[in-house]
Amino acid sequence: MTTFTVINFTLLTILTVTALVIARLRALYEAAMLTALSSLVTASLFVLMDAVDVAFTEAAVGVGISTVLLLGVLALTRSREAVTPRHRHLPAIAVTALTGGLLVYAAQDLPAFGSADSPVQRHPVTEVYLHQSQKEIGVPNTVTAVLASYRALDTLGELVVVFAAGTAVLLLLGPLTHGKRRQNLDLMEYKVLRVVSSLLMPFVLVFALYVLFHGDFGPGGGFQAGVIFATGFVLHGLVFGLDKSQRVLPPAALGSLVPLGLGLFVGLGVVTMLLGGSFLDYGTLLPTGGPAAQHLGILTVEVAIGITVAAVMTSIFFAFAGRRPTR
Amino acid sequence: MILLEILSAVLLAAGTLFIVSGAVGLLRFPDFYTRIHATGITDSAGAGLILLGLLLRTTTWEAGVRLLIILLFLVVTGPTATHLLAHAARRDGVPVWRKGHPRR
Amino acid sequence: MIVAVMAAILVTMLLALARAFLGPGRYNRILAINMFGTKTVLFVAVSGYLFGRPEFLDIGILYALVNFVAVIAVLRLTHETESDAA
Repeated sequence: MTTFTVINFTLLTILTVTALVIARLRALYEAAMLTALSSLVTASLFVLMDAVDVAFTEAAVGVGISTVLLLGVLALTRSREAVTPRHRHLPAIAVTALTGGLLVYAAQDLPAFGSADSPVQRHPVTEVYLHQSQKEIGVPNTVTAVLASYRALDTLGELVVVFAAGTAVLLLLGPLTHGKRRQNLDLMEYKVLRVVSSLLMPFVLVFALYVLFHGDFGPGGGFQAGVIFATGFVLHGLVFGLDKSQRVLPPAALGSLVPLGLGLFVGLGVVTMLLGGSFLDYGTLLPTGGPAAQHLGILTVEVAIGITVAAVMTSIFFAFAGRRPTR
Repeated sequence: MILLEILSAVLLAAGTLFIVSGAVGLLRFPDFYTRIHATGITDSAGAGLILLGLLLRTTTWEAGVRLLIILLFLVVTGPTATHLLAHAARRDGVPVWRKGHPRR
Repeated sequence: MIVAVMAAILVTMLLALARAFLGPGRYNRILAINMFGTKTVLFVAVSGYLFGRPEFLDIGILYALVNFVAVIAVLRLTHETESDAA
C-alpha cells in the first residue's frame, strides 16, 4: 500500500460515511451543511487525481454556490424532512441497491486508474490534444485548449444550459414575478464580519479575475471565475443585505448581463464565419493566425462564459434570498 | 539549507501537534463554547505553523506567494467565523456547561 | 516528515467528522465543518508538496474562500427562519 492509496482510501471512507449520515439526518440544514463537506472531500479526491480544473469547479460550485442556494431554498420551505412511512422504505432500498449494483457492474469495465492502454491513452486525438495543441494553440493548460478551442461548440452548449437554467429560475422567481418581498435581512450588527467582508470583497473579485485570465496557464477559466464572482456578490448580499447589494448590482443590469455573455460567445462564432472561417475557428481572427489569434479567441470565450455564469448565479441567489417563505 | 530543513521540520511538527490536539479538544470538550477554543488552536496556530513550515520548503516564489495568501486568508477568516458562531450561539441560547452537568 | 503531517491532517479530519456527526445541534456541526474545511485547505497544500506538485495552491485559496462564505450563509439563512418562526 502506497501513501497515495492510503490517502485515497481514507477520503473515500469519509465520503461514504458522510453520505450515510446525510441519509439518516432529519434536520435538513445540517444535511445541507454535510453535503458541502462531502463536496470538499470530492474536490480533494480530484486534486489527488491531478484533475485540478474539475477540483476547482467542484469546490466553487459544490461548496460555495450550491450550499448557499440549498440553504436559501430551505429558508423558504420547511427545514425538517417529512417522515417516510415504513412500508415505502423497501422499494426505495430496492431501487437504490439496483442502481448502485448497476454502477458497480459498469465500473468493472473502466480501465484501471492511470493505466497506459486505456482507450483514452491510445486514441489518436489524445496525441493531438496533448502535443500538437502546444504548437497550434500555445496554451500550457491543455484542458483550457480543449475546452475553449477544440471543443468550443460543446462549451457553447454548456453555456446554453446554464443560460436556460438561469432563465427558467428567473421566470419563476425573478423580479418580474409578483412574489411577496421579504423585509431586508442582513448581518450588519456583526461589526467584525462587516469589516472583514469589506476587506475581502476586492480580494475576491481580483481572485476571480486572476482565475479568469490565468485559465490558460493553470487551473481555472470562465466557469470557475464566474462562480467566484458570484460567490463574492453572495457574500456581499449575505452581510450587507439584499437592498445594498442590489443598489450595487441592479437586478435589471444583472438580467441584461445574462444574455450578454451568451451573445458574445455566439457573436464571436459569427465573426469568425464572416471572416471566412468556420464557426468558432479562431485562426481567422488575426491576419497572422496561429497562437496569437487562438489566445484572442480563447480569452473572449472565457470572458463570455464568466459574464453569463456570474450573472446567472448571482441573480438566482438574489431571487431566492429576496422571497418571503410560504409554508 | 540544512538549517532551513530543520526549522521547517520543527514548524511542521509543532503544527501537527497543534492540529491533532485541537481536534481531540473538539471531540472531548464538554460544550460548544469550550470547543471553539479547540478549533482556534487547530485553525490558527496549527494551520499557520504548517503553512509556515511548507513556506520554508518552497523553491519557487509563485508557490510561496500563494502559501502566504492562504495563510493571510485563514488568519483573517478563521477567527471571524468562530466569533460569529459564538455570538449567534449565545443569541440562540445554546447552553453553557457548568461543572457537574452532563456533557452536551 | 510531510507524510507525518499528511497523516495528522487525515486524523484531524476524521475527528472533526466525528464531531460533525455527533452534533449535538446546529452550532457544533457548523464548527466541526468549518474546521474540516480548514483541514482540506491544508490537505491541498500538503499534498502538493507530498507528490511534488506545489503548483496547485490556487485551489487552496479557493477552498478557504468558499469555506468562509458557506459558514456565513449558514448563519444568516438559519437566523432568518428562526426570526420568521417567532
